[in-house]
Amino acid sequence: MSTVELPLLGRPGTAGVPTADGPQNRKEYTSDQEVRWCPGCGDYAVLAAVQGFLPDLGLRRENIVFVSGIGCSSRFPYYLDTYGMHSIHGRAPAIATGIATAREELSVWVVTGDGDALSIGGNHLIHSLRRNVNMTILLFNNRIYGLTKGQYSPTSEIGKVTKSTPMGSLDQPFNPVSLALGAEATFVARTVDSDRKHLTEVLAAAAAHRGTSLVEIYQNCPIFNDGAFDALKGAKDSEAANAIIPLRHGEPIRFGVPGEDGLGTKGVARDRETGEIRVVDLGSAEGWSEADLVVHDAHAADPTTAFALSRLTDAGYLHQAPIGIFRQVERPTYDDQARAQLVTAAAANGSEQPLDKSSALAGLLHGGDTWTVV
Amino acid sequence: MVKQVKQLDRVTIRFAGDSGDGMQLTGDRFTQETASFGNDLSTLPNFPAEIRAPAGTLPGVSSFQVHFADHDILTPGDQPDVLVAMNPAALKANVGDLAKGAAVIVDTHDFTARNLAKAGYGHNPLEADDLDEYAVHPVDLTGMTVEAVKDFGLSRKDAARAKNMFALGLLSWMYGRPTETTTAFLERRFAKAAQVRDANIAAFRAGWNFGETTEAFVVQYEIKPAPMVPGTYRNITGNMALSYGLVAASVQSDLPLFLGSYPITPASDILHELSRHKRFGVTTFQAEDEIAGIGAALGASFSGALGVTTTSGPGVALKSETIGLAVMTELPLIVIDVQRGGPSTGLPTKTEQADLLQAMFGRNGEAPVPIVAPQSPADCFDAAVEAVRIAVTYRTPVMLLSDGYLANGSEPWHIPEVADLPRIDADFATEPNHVAPGTGKAAGKDTREFWPFLRDEETLARPWAIPGTPGLEHRIGGLEKGDGHGNISYDPANHDLMVRTRQAKVDRIADTLPPLEVDDPSGKARVLALGWGSTYGPIGAACRQVRGAGFDVAQAHLRHLNPFPADLGDLLRRYEAVLVPEMNLGQLSLLLRAEYLVDVVGYNQVRGLPLRAAELAEAITGLIESTTHPASNGATRGARQEVTS
Repeated sequence: MSTVELPLLGRPGTAGVPTADGPQNRKEYTSDQEVRWCPGCGDYAVLAAVQGFLPDLGLRRENIVFVSGIGCSSRFPYYLDTYGMHSIHGRAPAIATGIATAREELSVWVVTGDGDALSIGGNHLIHSLRRNVNMTILLFNNRIYGLTKGQYSPTSEIGKVTKSTPMGSLDQPFNPVSLALGAEATFVARTVDSDRKHLTEVLAAAAAHRGTSLVEIYQNCPIFNDGAFDALKGAKDSEAANAIIPLRHGEPIRFGVPGEDGLGTKGVARDRETGEIRVVDLGSAEGWSEADLVVHDAHAADPTTAFALSRLTDAGYLHQAPIGIFRQVERPTYDDQARAQLVTAAAANGSEQPLDKSSALAGLLHGGDTWTVV
Repeated sequence: MVKQVKQLDRVTIRFAGDSGDGMQLTGDRFTQETASFGNDLSTLPNFPAEIRAPAGTLPGVSSFQVHFADHDILTPGDQPDVLVAMNPAALKANVGDLAKGAAVIVDTHDFTARNLAKAGYGHNPLEADDLDEYAVHPVDLTGMTVEAVKDFGLSRKDAARAKNMFALGLLSWMYGRPTETTTAFLERRFAKAAQVRDANIAAFRAGWNFGETTEAFVVQYEIKPAPMVPGTYRNITGNMALSYGLVAASVQSDLPLFLGSYPITPASDILHELSRHKRFGVTTFQAEDEIAGIGAALGASFSGALGVTTTSGPGVALKSETIGLAVMTELPLIVIDVQRGGPSTGLPTKTEQADLLQAMFGRNGEAPVPIVAPQSPADCFDAAVEAVRIAVTYRTPVMLLSDGYLANGSEPWHIPEVADLPRIDADFATEPNHVAPGTGKAAGKDTREFWPFLRDEETLARPWAIPGTPGLEHRIGGLEKGDGHGNISYDPANHDLMVRTRQAKVDRIADTLPPLEVDDPSGKARVLALGWGSTYGPIGAACRQVRGAGFDVAQAHLRHLNPFPADLGDLLRRYEAVLVPEMNLGQLSLLLRAEYLVDVVGYNQVRGLPLRAAELAEAITGLIESTTHPASNGATRGARQEVTS
């Protein structure tokens, strides 16, 4: 077996997608369908952020496709006036792979949830990530099954008491960011439904990335898992500042309730003995200073540090989690390479002219050993 | 020495050996020689699911049967007239299938005590009376091959591997086959390994020369070319013809072909073949599983490509939910099921027709899917084009039921002219199709909208509006949609309407089907043999035998299993008895009885092999003899009263 190198790097995620003739507004992206999520659902905030963000993307609306699976969040495409498919449970990444590969000029988005993407559709998720198909996956993680009314999900904490686990769930949860990094993802980020600004920034970066962008969105389910992310929510000087670890490329990872200098009093550093990534208190007796902090490098070729950062997320009830872009690296996309093979094959006849398919078909059918009866 | 030449009208040869002996290649080369000579032919490869079962054992035996004649033939032959057995296991596994008096050419080299034991022989059958009924030719094929190629510097083991070419050369001499194509083939095949190339060619020639000079073979046979319709021909397997049919349909519809597939026997060759034709705009996606294969194909269809997925029965089971989604979203999609023995993993390399009911009903809800089935290897081409016509015209998934015999079997194919192929019009929607009158403040101001489920009155097909088309943005999905506008609807009357409409749409395909062709040369038949799929050949051959014995029988064959052709009910009722031969336990019989209340008679075998024409002919004759002629005594059998009255 041989391999063929295809240099297809350096293009933004939306390259090849036609741009709009003029400015767009939120209303154009709002369909005429009544939104039917429960009052207070975090999905409303994400929908509003996406409807607000898409006009800024500046693409022709008819060239945008949203594909979803099954679950509360998967109703999302109905509320956007773009092309959309509400498909079947877990399969949205597979369907989106076909769309993105068949048509370069489409901006393809997948909307999925923790059950849809990580349970029934786990296989498609990891394989989309490793192939690096050019699409953006919004993974709404509410750590519960909402549409089926409250069973534990693959991101629920161990011991969770639900309708299907009256004595507590036994499953070790997935950390979606760790999973994506392990699946060779080229863009992995996490954000929170309630932080509109951060959510929009991450969406913009995800759309600009060529390849599969996975964005985990912590999303509150007020009916079956209310308050799952409360520890992360609050004013900048509240306890929430001690829970959110913001990741910004090129900056030392510093957070926490501000100290006298107005900056966070916590940070992420490498343990002096083990080298492991951990949270440290600046100015504590251990003697940690700004200079000790890990400078976040989302573009590092090796995902090891990004993975270590992802492990700072609580697996149980969430008291602490890094937020931001964990990893953003360039790798040729599956769909670009698949299309390039078609171009290469079509050009292989050596002619400058485009292939005359009818005569090429006649040639194909008459290939091999033939004989003529007169 | 001067050899005697005997004329024959038909011969069936079976090459048998270990999986590693190259029997499929040998059979394939003999077939190509036979095809270029101009005989009609039909082939049946038969090989184990194991890639390399232990050498010399019965499970490791691989065989290739070819039937060729000076007239048109329909099957690979019931009983071989010639068996080439490369070792004791190949002899033991195949000798029981031979006609009495058949020629058995045996490579004696491997008839050692150890190999005899491996094959389960307690003695050497060549030295006992086991083979008295046959004309046995013991030949040291391996020894002579090693001797013939000794100048090429190969190891003894490598030298012995050319024995299949020696056997091919010998058989080529016996049947007067042209040798140029095989020599050219070997030159191409081993272009990068001169020693191996030269050794194989030398072995092939040595086999031919051995036939010509030895006294062991005194007769050479001549089978004249078969009269065929003028035109250009090639030999083709079903999987190859199916692949070409898909490429042709893509060209004829101007739709880029997108294949989403997961490897599975016996369908993988379609994935392999299509992946070689990217210059036609064919994208092949080897997915992580069967579900992703069809999912990506459906996504490609949504975006305006010709979505295709290829699999076998177990894969269809996994794809069922997505087929249902394609039914619900009313998108074109081709699902190719190359059937194999089931249930479960079953017999991966053997043939069966037991997925008909799965294709028909294997989904939740009322989910009608059109079904098309090819009747011979070459016919897979036309069946693929027809499946695409239905899928694109009616915006529906279509199931194409091939099977393991069609997939790997081959026959001469009269290559069609591209200009004669049907055009298929994708007819994408390009503008709004509905006017919404303004209400309230906007009263009097009409809005032009796109309704994705507003149907064509004739076909009931919905518009296919692909992303990138301005003004036609819409959402589809698996939830029930309101008639016309396509928004989610839970309205009871609407669901009833939509379920019935999806069924009516599939039923309307029957309006475009040609009348069934009935083969009844005497016009006096009272019994009809009706089949579908790959049983066409055996049924046709059986009917010829029955007619040859002085009886009358009619034959008809179904290409469309859903919907049935409009004239099928009338046809069934015209006959006193209808025999339905199938390689299952009566799946078409069940559908016919349910649909037409006609008590058809089943003829059912599930042996993993094509039906045998001679046995089927006996069954047909038996049915003819047991059918009471109404004119003779006016009596009818109770169960068949509705048919005959």
